[in-house]
Amino acid sequence: MAGQKKWFKGSTLLVVLFLLAALALPQFVSRYYIQVIAMSFIFAIAVYGLNLMEGYLGLLSLAQAGFFGIGAYMSGLLTLKIHVSFWLALPITALLTAVLAVLIGFISFRTRGHYFVILTLCIGVIINLVIEKWESLTGGVRGLIGIPKPSPLGPLTFNTLESQYYLVLAFLILTVFVMQRVVNSLVGRTFVSIRNSEELAATLGINVMANKLLAFAIAAFFTGMAGALYAGFIRFIGPDVSNPNLTFEFLLYLLIGGQATIAGPIVGTLVASGLTEGLQFFQEYRMVIFGALLMIMVKFFPWGIVGFSKMLWSKYQKHFMKKASEGTATMSTAKGGEI
Amino acid sequence: MLKVKNLSVAFGSYRALQDIELEINPGELVVLLGANGAGKSTLFRAISGLIRPSAGTIEYNGKTITGQPAHQVVRYGISQCPEGRQLFPMMSVEKNLLLGAYARRKDREGVRRSLRLVYDLFPILQEKGHLSAGSLSGGQQQMVAIGRALMSAPQLLLLDEPSIGLAPLVVKQMFETIQRINEAGTMVLLAEQNANMALKISHRGYVLENGRVVMHDKSEALAGNEEVKKAYIGG
Repeated sequence: MAGQKKWFKGSTLLVVLFLLAALALPQFVSRYYIQVIAMSFIFAIAVYGLNLMEGYLGLLSLAQAGFFGIGAYMSGLLTLKIHVSFWLALPITALLTAVLAVLIGFISFRTRGHYFVILTLCIGVIINLVIEKWESLTGGVRGLIGIPKPSPLGPLTFNTLESQYYLVLAFLILTVFVMQRVVNSLVGRTFVSIRNSEELAATLGINVMANKLLAFAIAAFFTGMAGALYAGFIRFIGPDVSNPNLTFEFLLYLLIGGQATIAGPIVGTLVASGLTEGLQFFQEYRMVIFGALLMIMVKFFPWGIVGFSKMLWSKYQKHFMKKASEGTATMSTAKGGEI
Repeated sequence: MLKVKNLSVAFGSYRALQDIELEINPGELVVLLGANGAGKSTLFRAISGLIRPSAGTIEYNGKTITGQPAHQVVRYGISQCPEGRQLFPMMSVEKNLLLGAYARRKDREGVRRSLRLVYDLFPILQEKGHLSAGSLSGGQQQMVAIGRALMSAPQLLLLDEPSIGLAPLVVKQMFETIQRINEAGTMVLLAEQNANMALKISHRGYVLENGRVVMHDKSEALAGNEEVKKAYIGG
């Protein structure tokens, strides 16, 4: 397919619009909303990790908040206690989180299905407990206070909220870019084939264990990175950043947005955060609304907002094509885009 | 060549396979007859490394491959086409086929040759190469499944009930194609319930009952055997 043609694809237009809106946003909204949206971006990065596991590989890992917490604490400790630059702490943190995921994977991938879910939930709880109880290192329930802001990067400084917002946005774009490359590559198709049938994948010559470890490592890499960004952005962290409840929030975002789609995590996170803001006067009762919403989503829109919109879009296109071909005799039909 | 010696497979206390002796010589097309639950698929899964046998050995080209992981067995030249097709429905036909060449993906030239070969064998697949595999008819999906198994350029092809759920005319074409694949030099082990047709194209056959080989002989002899006739051919 010619590269030129791709510019006219609807999805490209949406991406460009989103980028323009995201770039212009700080000019139009209050500081409070900049903060809220930057937070959504950080969470969205973590949700991309969960999307790779649950959406593409088909294994629901509930240890994701654990990785997020480890990322936040590791980066927080590195920058606060031994004064490592944020720009060094961030990649170290992401890499070490990925290494840890591989070690955890060696054990947890011996289980499948529900057992894997339960086991990873337990691992998430254990990570949460270790962070909370290891007072000499993590400060226990008091947490880490006064984590430094991200240090300047050449001429760029990150002292203002706006600059931090753009920093987070840059990492979100990086994450989406990498994820998009991964899932559309042979590696991505390998993951999907494991999701469809592990046995079949194995008989095709796919080393199932190695590929599961790879997916888990990539997912943990970005989740750890999101944690590190969180620490640098909020600058105060407590054990709650690794609370399993956070994993379920990630899962909620993913299901609302649409699993196994590239836009799903960001759409879901923004919509759910928006709802959270809108429903603030309900306080704890907002979970009642989220619960009902989740049931409706799972029942009627299993592929989330993005999956549903795509379905509508392809229906519309088919309809449109039919009309067009009735009118004019020949019209080159574009290849239907995948994922 | 493949030599299965004394092979037993147990699921807990249930013995799915007992003391199976089976061999496939170069150039042969061997059929495995048996009712549902006789152990055909279990034997296939054991050969391709998906389950570990409780006793016995599987030798391939003089090398013991018992207990090797499935993704390794493919690399020795044994390819399985599973029962019920098992395609990736959302992926295009061509991507389904290319996944079959996963084990030798570095050999781009060879993969291209295999793809050519599959398209020559099933011209309709080239036409439908960009459609999603799930949109194809049952017969075409079976073609994709066999084509995918051929993409690893196997010396031995394991076909698990390729005729299941297909229209009689399509079944006939399918068997002709299997014969062609065999004549081109690939050993084939074919599990079938459609004994009549399978015995016509195969050289030898094994009859499996309750996890044991109860009979094995030249295909013509099996086709003439009264018991086989009664149980698998009818009439």
